[in-house]
Amino acid sequence: MKPAEPFVRFAYQRHADQARAKPASHPVVIIGAGPVGLTLAIDLKLRGIECVLLDDQDRIGEGSRAICFAKRTLEIWDRFGCAAPMLDKGVRWNVGKVFQGEDLLYQFDLLAEPGHKMPAFINLQQYYAEKFLVDRAQALGVDLRWLNRVIGLQSGVQSTRITIETPDGSYSLDARFVIACDGARSPMRSMLGLEFMGEQFEDQFLIADVRMTADFPVERWFWFDPPFHGGQSCLLHKQPDDVWRIDLQLSPDTDTEHERQPEVVRPRIARMLGHGEFELEWISVYRFQCRRLERFVHGAVIFAGDAAHQVSPFGARGANSGVQDADNLGWKLAAALRGNAGLIESYDQERSQAADENILNSTRATHFIAPRHKAEARFRNAALALARQTEFGKRFVNSGRLSTPTNYADSPLSTKDAAPWSAGPPPGAPIPDAPLGNGYLSEKLGDGFALLHWRASAATAEALRVVDVSDKDEALIARFGLTPGAGYLIRPDRHVAARFQNLRPAALAVALNKAYAA
Amino acid sequence: MTGLETRACFTDPDAAYRAIIEAHRGLTESQSADLNAALVLILANKLVDVAVLGEALVLARGTIKGLRDPHA
Repeated sequence: MKPAEPFVRFAYQRHADQARAKPASHPVVIIGAGPVGLTLAIDLKLRGIECVLLDDQDRIGEGSRAICFAKRTLEIWDRFGCAAPMLDKGVRWNVGKVFQGEDLLYQFDLLAEPGHKMPAFINLQQYYAEKFLVDRAQALGVDLRWLNRVIGLQSGVQSTRITIETPDGSYSLDARFVIACDGARSPMRSMLGLEFMGEQFEDQFLIADVRMTADFPVERWFWFDPPFHGGQSCLLHKQPDDVWRIDLQLSPDTDTEHERQPEVVRPRIARMLGHGEFELEWISVYRFQCRRLERFVHGAVIFAGDAAHQVSPFGARGANSGVQDADNLGWKLAAALRGNAGLIESYDQERSQAADENILNSTRATHFIAPRHKAEARFRNAALALARQTEFGKRFVNSGRLSTPTNYADSPLSTKDAAPWSAGPPPGAPIPDAPLGNGYLSEKLGDGFALLHWRASAATAEALRVVDVSDKDEALIARFGLTPGAGYLIRPDRHVAARFQNLRPAALAVALNKAYAA
Repeated sequence: MTGLETRACFTDPDAAYRAIIEAHRGLTESQSADLNAALVLILANKLVDVAVLGEALVLARGTIKGLRDPHA
């Protein structure tokens, strides 16, 4: 294996803040320029809020890490003007196949319905995603500071002072809000002495990126008990540049250091592929964990992404949920900086619910893939056997439930339906995309609150973007269960705040007040 | 008679599956087998029709490797 080279290296630059006698003051300091920190920085910048984005590294690209980016994530990045290069570079896939031994148990197709601007998933190495996000952040003029490591944090009344170490020595900054997006091993979490609670799984997984030209179809293949890897499970997934991700389950008692040696990994993968015509790009051995902070908001310090919650990778719920954290937080931070701090608590509430859902799903999948006791293994094998013959058996088989945005069903920001609806996303739910006019709904909602309505009078005193649905937008009307005179109040993060079968300005104003002034 | 239902009926199959697994947590193998036996009788009663139970038994026996099923 050739030595790991950084995919991109950035130059450290001394900032004027470092020479100031008195610490410079900034509305927001974000710690960690991974997918979550970059997404949040771009969102804030587009909302006209200056933030500083600090990262303790100066490079991207040690291993592919997150590789599956879901439609919701792509919709968020599309709003920020950086989904196009991701789509160009990424590999689109729709079909997943689940095998047991050499037999295909069943397959699924993600292409459930047409009329969405973004695909269900793309596979893309995290380093590409980060590179495109950095490009966008830099084009927007985000204050990105590489090799800036936070070494101290002190809470004050008006602001939080952070101390930062750089190649030129240390300096301090004051911030109204500090957002910790510093990853699963979050130094910020340690600095605040916060407990990261949850489960560590016993089984270990070997994750390898292999470069080869292969004629496997562009599909997600998952094996239970593959013939080439006795008794354990295996996942194969395509990335751009002829790179394939291979996850191999190892026994709990495996010697990690031994297993990660290329001379041990190579024969395993050669057995799987039936040949040795490949290069090893990256090898890592993991023991997966599902853990979270009890609270994501600690005064002016707010945690997002893996720093706040960690999941096993089955279901692609790590990076995707972190990007949704950023999406949930951006508009609320902007509101707080305009004097409306009440929304921040709803970030904790809504994203806690999402973290619990993601942890639940990824824990269930991990236990199905790696049963913890004999009875669990028996049921797993019975489910696999029944899956060959029955639909209900297939539905029990769990090789990962793929990331979808959370429905904030109990959100304090939502207004309950006044009357039953036959279809459409309920209050708190993420909205689906749909064709609208000659484009898509997702392109027309802007970055604030929006009102989507069909044949309703939109007369309102509120500063809302109004999106008209015409009779021709049949797919949208069906997807939202619209009847003439109906409307949806949609939050900046594209969740439903309220919906009305007979849209009236007074009720709309009350709902908007609940969602925004909470 | 409607026959054995083999379509997926749970809205959240993962939750149902997990509930069964959790019921076995901490049991010995023998206790686990006893639990399964009791559960089978409870659920068999829910089937009402002995012919449907027969279909379920054939389906279940069909998943056991190396078994030559006289009923199949």
